[in-house]
Amino acid sequence: MARIKEKFAELSAKKEKALIAYIMVGYPNENATISAVRGLIKGGADIIELGFPFSDPLADGPIIQNASTVSLDNGTKISRFFNIVKKIRKETDIPLILMTYTNILYHKGYSKFIAEAKNAGIDGFILPDMSIEESKEYLASAKNMADTIFLISPNTTKSRIERITKSSSGFLYLVAVYGTTGVKMGIQNYTLNAIKEVKKITKGKIPVGIGFGVSTPEDVKKYIKAGADAVIVGSAFLKLIEKTPQNKLESSIAAFTKSLKRQTVQT
Amino acid sequence: MKYPKDGRFGEFGGKYIPETLVPAIEELEENYLKFKDNKDFKRELDYYLKQYAGRPTPLYYAKNLSEKCGGAKIYLKREDLLHGGAHKINNTLGQALLAKKMNKKRIIAETGAGQHGVATAMACAVLGMKSEVYMGYKDTIRQKLNVYRMNMLGAKVHPVKSGSQTLKDAINEAIRDWITNVESTYYLLGSAVGPHPYPVMVRDFQSVIGEEIKVQMKKISKTPDIVIACVGGGSNAIGTFYPLVDTNAEIIGVEAAGKGLKSKYHSATLSAGSKGVLHGMMTYLLQDDEGQITETHSISAGLDYPGVGPEHSYLKDTKRVKYHSATDAEVIDAFLMLTRTEGIIPALESAHAIAEAMKVAKKSKKSESIVVTLSGRGDKDVEEVQRYLSKHGKN
Repeated sequence: MARIKEKFAELSAKKEKALIAYIMVGYPNENATISAVRGLIKGGADIIELGFPFSDPLADGPIIQNASTVSLDNGTKISRFFNIVKKIRKETDIPLILMTYTNILYHKGYSKFIAEAKNAGIDGFILPDMSIEESKEYLASAKNMADTIFLISPNTTKSRIERITKSSSGFLYLVAVYGTTGVKMGIQNYTLNAIKEVKKITKGKIPVGIGFGVSTPEDVKKYIKAGADAVIVGSAFLKLIEKTPQNKLESSIAAFTKSLKRQTVQT
Repeated sequence: MKYPKDGRFGEFGGKYIPETLVPAIEELEENYLKFKDNKDFKRELDYYLKQYAGRPTPLYYAKNLSEKCGGAKIYLKREDLLHGGAHKINNTLGQALLAKKMNKKRIIAETGAGQHGVATAMACAVLGMKSEVYMGYKDTIRQKLNVYRMNMLGAKVHPVKSGSQTLKDAINEAIRDWITNVESTYYLLGSAVGPHPYPVMVRDFQSVIGEEIKVQMKKISKTPDIVIACVGGGSNAIGTFYPLVDTNAEIIGVEAAGKGLKSKYHSATLSAGSKGVLHGMMTYLLQDDEGQITETHSISAGLDYPGVGPEHSYLKDTKRVKYHSATDAEVIDAFLMLTRTEGIIPALESAHAIAEAMKVAKKSKKSESIVVTLSGRGDKDVEEVQRYLSKHGKN
C-alpha cells in the first residue's frame, strides 16, 4: 500500500502531477487488458485503476456500463481477475487500484477479498457506492492492507470532506461533475472552485485527484492548472480500446497516454 | 422499528450511495422528519387520499371464494379500488406532496409493471408537477397499456435498455438521472427499497392499509388471525404488516416463485437469496456466488426484482413474518379463481397473495379469518394472462 504514497512523493519531487488511467479488466478480453496496461505504462501513466465489473454499476455512464456487461459476458471472475493482476505485477511496480462496487467485496467478505487482492498486487480500492457511514468493516479490513480511496463531490460539505479525509488514504477522488462516469459536460466553474475548496480543507495532507468526464489533454491541462494533484481518465481509454485492433492497441494507448501525461508535467 | 435513526433494521438497510447523492438524501430525510407529523401536511395528504384516491378502501368478505376453499373466512383489502387501480397512489401522493414542500420542480420515478409510474404521473398531474418515468424496455412491451396511460397523463417514459431491461435496471437508470440532476430533481421511489430514508418513508405512507384493516376488522370481530400480502420490493406488504406486527396475527409475505424455486426463473429473494448490497441498501438479494446480481423472472412485472425492502429482511430473520412463494401456474389459477368466483380481476402481483390465501384457507378453521391485501386490479394483465393460457393450451 506504500506504492501510491511513494508515487505521489516521487512525482512531487519532480514537480509533476499524476496521470491515473482506468480500464475495465476483460474488456473486450484479457489480451486487450494486458496490451492496454503495457501501453499505459509505456505512455507514462503513473497509477492504474483496474475495473472489476459489477452487474449493476449505478455510478457509471453508458461506456463503462457496456464494458462491464462485455467483461461479465466474457466470463470475468474474481479469481481470473486476480490472475491478471498477478501477471501485471510481474511486469511492473506501478500502483494498482481496484475499482468496483461494494457488493463484490461484501459478498466474499471484506477481509478475505482485500487479503486476496493485496496478495495479487492491488494497492488500494475505490468503491463508488461505499459511503463513509457504512464503511466501518471495510475500513477495519483494509487497515494496513490497502489504501481506501473515497469519492467526494462538488456538493460535499466541508465537515463531511474533513470526515472523509480522515478515512482516506492514497488520494481523495473528487468527482468533477454532477453525473455518471464518462459523460462529457465540459469544464464547469463549480468544479474548478471545488478543487480549490477541497485543497484548502485537506491542506496538502492527501493528494486530490479529479475524475469523471476527464477525457482530453485540454481537460487535463485545465484541471492541473486549477490545482488538482492527479487527473483520472477512464471512459476515454475504453473508447479507444473499443475501436483499436489488438495488434495496434499497445501503441495507440501509449500515444494517447503520452498526450495526456505531457499536461501533468509542469514547465 | 418505529424510525430507525441510523437507517438500519437490525443489520439491514443503511445508505450505500455515491457521494453526490448524500446532500439530496440528507435534505430528503430532514424534510421528511419535518413534515411527517406536521398537522397541515397530514391534513392535506388525508384530503387527497380520501377525496382523490378514494380511501378508505373496503374490506370485502369474499364469501364465494371462502366457501370454495372450504375453510377460513377470506377478506380482501381492496386496494385495487383506489384511483389508478393499485396501492401505489398512497405513496406517490405522500411523496409528491413532500416534493412540493421541498420546492422540487422535476419528479423522476422508476416503474416495473407501470403501476407506480401511473400513480406518479397522476399525483404529479394533480399537484402540477412534471414527471419522468424510467421503465425497463421488456416491461414497456408486456405492460404497454400502462405506458400509454403514463403518456396521456403527461409523464415522459424512458425505456431502459441496459441489463435485464426490467425494474432493477429502471432503478439504476433513475439513480443515474438523480446523480446528474441532483439539485433540481426529486426521486419518487415506488417501493420500500433503496437507501434510508426511503424504506421507512414508503412504509409510513403505505401503512394506511394496515391501519384501516385494524379498524375494519375490529368492527367485524377482532384482529385478523392471518394476514397475507405479495412481496416484490414489498411496499404493499410492509404497509399491511407494519401496523399489525405487534398483534397476534400470523403474517405471511408471498414472493414470486416463477417457474419454481429450483429453476433459475423466479424472483423469490427472501426464500432463495443471500445478503448483499444493491440500490443503496443491505438486504437479501438474488445473486451468484461472486456477488453479481442475477436476472429474475416472474409472470408479474411488478414482482420481477432481485432485491427486497430491508425491513422485510429484518422481519424474516427475526421470524416475525413468514415468507412463502407462489409459482406462475399457481398464480394463474388464483387469478382465474378470484375472477370467476367473485368477479374481481386481480393484478398478477396480488394474485400471488390470493394463491397463498387459498392454500392457507383450506387448512384453517371456519372460525378463523384471513385478510389478503389485494394490492391492485388486473386490467393491465389480461393480455399477459391470455398469452399464458394460449401458450399452455388452456384456452
